[in-house]
Amino acid sequence: MIINHPLLGPRDSAEFVYLGDASLIERPDPAAETALADFVDYAYMRENPAGSLRELWFHEAGDRSWLVVTRNTMTHEISDVQMARDVARKIGCSK
Amino acid sequence: MHDLTPITALGSDEARVDTIGNLTCREVPEVALAAVSARMGKESQTRTAIKKLIKADASDVNRFDGGTVSAFWSGPEQWMLEAPFDSHEDLAARAKVTLKANATVVEQTDAWTRFDVIGDDVLDAMELLCNANTRSMLAGACTRSSIHHLGCFILCRNTNKFSIYGPRASAGSLHHAILTALQTIT
Repeated sequence: MIINHPLLGPRDSAEFVYLGDASLIERPDPAAETALADFVDYAYMRENPAGSLRELWFHEAGDRSWLVVTRNTMTHEISDVQMARDVARKIGCSK
Repeated sequence: MHDLTPITALGSDEARVDTIGNLTCREVPEVALAAVSARMGKESQTRTAIKKLIKADASDVNRFDGGTVSAFWSGPEQWMLEAPFDSHEDLAARAKVTLKANATVVEQTDAWTRFDVIGDDVLDAMELLCNANTRSMLAGACTRSSIHHLGCFILCRNTNKFSIYGPRASAGSLHHAILTALQTIT
């Protein structure tokens, strides 16, 4: 499987480490009244779709950047790759 | 008074040189290194300071630039400064003076070991060593890839000479991998 890194171009997926669902970027607010329930959902509840899934991949053997990869879990087709920091900043989840 | 003898990453008091066929693998211990990471919102100030340090524009993705002090791109808004050890033993401290609070500077001298692989068939060796597309690399290109399961920086000095930076603690393994590749193609 080849991941088309936004900065480095096509790279072998063997260079990457898989973390999982990209919703991990959207960490709940620990100060919210519903924090306990929010964190239970955040930590344990995952969609497991047979189809398109946004995932976090770490370029361990490359530039050590985190990517958000949109991959079809049925076909392994990758339809989109973005820098995770750009995704996080866009939704205000980056300090 | 202590009577200590400095040793290279491979444990000798002299840099190791191996010549196999028309290829040479040379251990290069006399390098000072410092990692620079721009702090958030200070990216342009960091680039300006790096320009001052290396007397060239801060290297773009997968490039290295500079003179006596050079910098290679190591990640988004991150660079590794490289300079001769004899004249720049305090490279990180000097860089911090220029970069101020715009970037984090971390001393990396002796965290890495460098091997230069030199010769006409160097691309054949590089192709066996890693899955980076070294055949497309020209002078001034660099990348990070795995060699022998070790995360390494690969710099193309010219198409006959590559520098490989790997973790110093695994210098023996990296050296073994390089020699194995050289022996395989000769």
